[in-house]
Amino acid sequence: MSEPAIACTNLVYAFGSTKAVDGIEFDVEPGSVYGLLGPNGAGKTTAIRAITTLLPVPPGMVTVFGHDVAKRRMEVRRLLGYVPQQLSADSGLTGRENIAMFARLFDVPRRQRDERVTAALDSVGLLDAADRLAKTYSGGMVRRLELAQALVSSPRLLILDEPTIGLDPIARASVWQRIGEVRDATGMTVFVTTHYMDEADQFCDRISLMHRGTIRATGSPQELKASLPAGAGTLEDVFRHYTGDNLDEPTSGEFRNVRATRSTAARVR
Amino acid sequence: MSVPRAPQPPVSADALPTEAASASAAPAASDPLVTSPAPSLAPAIAPPPPPRTGWRVLPARIGALCIVELQKIRHDRSEIYTRAVQPVLWLAVFGETFTRIRAIPTGNVPYLDYLAPGIIAQSAMFIAIFYGIMIIWERDAGVLTKLLVTPTPRAALITGKAFASGTKALIQAIVVLIFAAILGVGMTANPLKILGVAVLVVLGSAFFSCLSMSIAGIVLTRDRLMGIGQAITMPLFFSSNALYPTSVMPGWLQPISKINPLSYEVDGLRGLLIGTAAHLPLDFAVLVVASVLSIWAASALLPRLAK
Repeated sequence: MSEPAIACTNLVYAFGSTKAVDGIEFDVEPGSVYGLLGPNGAGKTTAIRAITTLLPVPPGMVTVFGHDVAKRRMEVRRLLGYVPQQLSADSGLTGRENIAMFARLFDVPRRQRDERVTAALDSVGLLDAADRLAKTYSGGMVRRLELAQALVSSPRLLILDEPTIGLDPIARASVWQRIGEVRDATGMTVFVTTHYMDEADQFCDRISLMHRGTIRATGSPQELKASLPAGAGTLEDVFRHYTGDNLDEPTSGEFRNVRATRSTAARVR
Repeated sequence: MSVPRAPQPPVSADALPTEAASASAAPAASDPLVTSPAPSLAPAIAPPPPPRTGWRVLPARIGALCIVELQKIRHDRSEIYTRAVQPVLWLAVFGETFTRIRAIPTGNVPYLDYLAPGIIAQSAMFIAIFYGIMIIWERDAGVLTKLLVTPTPRAALITGKAFASGTKALIQAIVVLIFAAILGVGMTANPLKILGVAVLVVLGSAFFSCLSMSIAGIVLTRDRLMGIGQAITMPLFFSSNALYPTSVMPGWLQPISKINPLSYEVDGLRGLLIGTAAHLPLDFAVLVVASVLSIWAASALLPRLAK
């Protein structure tokens, strides 16, 4: 395997005395779709924040295409397209302005800017709504707008934190379809967290099951399912087998997390 | 690449998600994975843009974020109108009344003239002091988190906000100036002095908005910041020379007025606009230093909001 897109080596991060992430290790192969799976509060978002340079982790724990996130923050940020869990498009700007902002922040030259912004809008099917304020968009449209914002800089690594949370099944499928198309067309690496087992099963090349801050199992969906004693089952069964817990039992439903998740869900409805 | 797309239905308040509607408009709605045609992936295929490096990064980012703030102001102008109510009342009610009472010694300058620059500075500060709430709101909405993951120095994010606050303050100042002129306040028409006024207003707003964003980086929640904002605005206002000269203040208040940047802003505005005795070099120097320090402090505290 060439230089991994993401390499986590014994990543530990604690908020006060709570260890949100407790020694996780994984490598993400370039060009793959890698899923981090687990219930709310498993530590997935903390892992993403460490990878995206938002948390002050010590050197040596996380590298992105060989750049240590603790030492080469700017270089790492240049390679990333990031869609956070919340609906993060600026509601006071139009769709086009939202994307143009990211084109400027990633140094897209002025003469290419219009063209690239329009192409990004087109690639997520928002050309007709481009000049409306984002606050008039539906949740699914905002998600696609965010995808376009992340793609306008041609990132090598696309990081999506619960991209389908709160979306209805059709919108969920549509978001995954866009992600898959982009990956196929560009060879971009996609790193995604989700707590929907069916999505991970269908769309990820490789999965790590995360529970209470640690990774319990890693493999392709097929390998994981085949590893069950019975030899078959769903990813739900795999998760139950490795953690002894059900997926829908939040292990640390902190008030702020739950409120944030609910408000995101309410906004996308 | 031209691509037919499912039509976007108009936005409405109904419960049907637009996403579902646009997907079902495509031919084979039973299998949503193959419904819509392959979209144009031009941006993703295009090579990544060459990065700016070195000293050019900061000004380019500040420029980009200033453009964003101007776009936002253009889309929602209601704030500009509602913000104009308070300063107009200060001049029309407070100013006119105290001009009649002649209670405040302002030399041979009518009190209303004396007050107008103070109200420009005060109303700008009232906008700026709540900028921290905006940044906390952006944090909660995920906007800030996403910006922090772009190759953008923290100082550029803060300077962009400070610029927005300065722009709003300038618009506000124009409103106050027009109203003051209608009330008969005698002001300078010298374009250089007017330019100086604009610079002072922007610097003052930059300082107070960055002060507010620094506090946001310390207290981290909207409620606490709201409380602190309420608690400090009036003391900042009353301990300055906006309403009355420092010389009539009680002895204990005078040194406080001396360390209050609002006093320097008002002093400079008053000197430039109505020609009272002012310490212009000192006023500008204090505000430049205060702005730079507060931008630095707010930038250093900003990552705390993203944890």
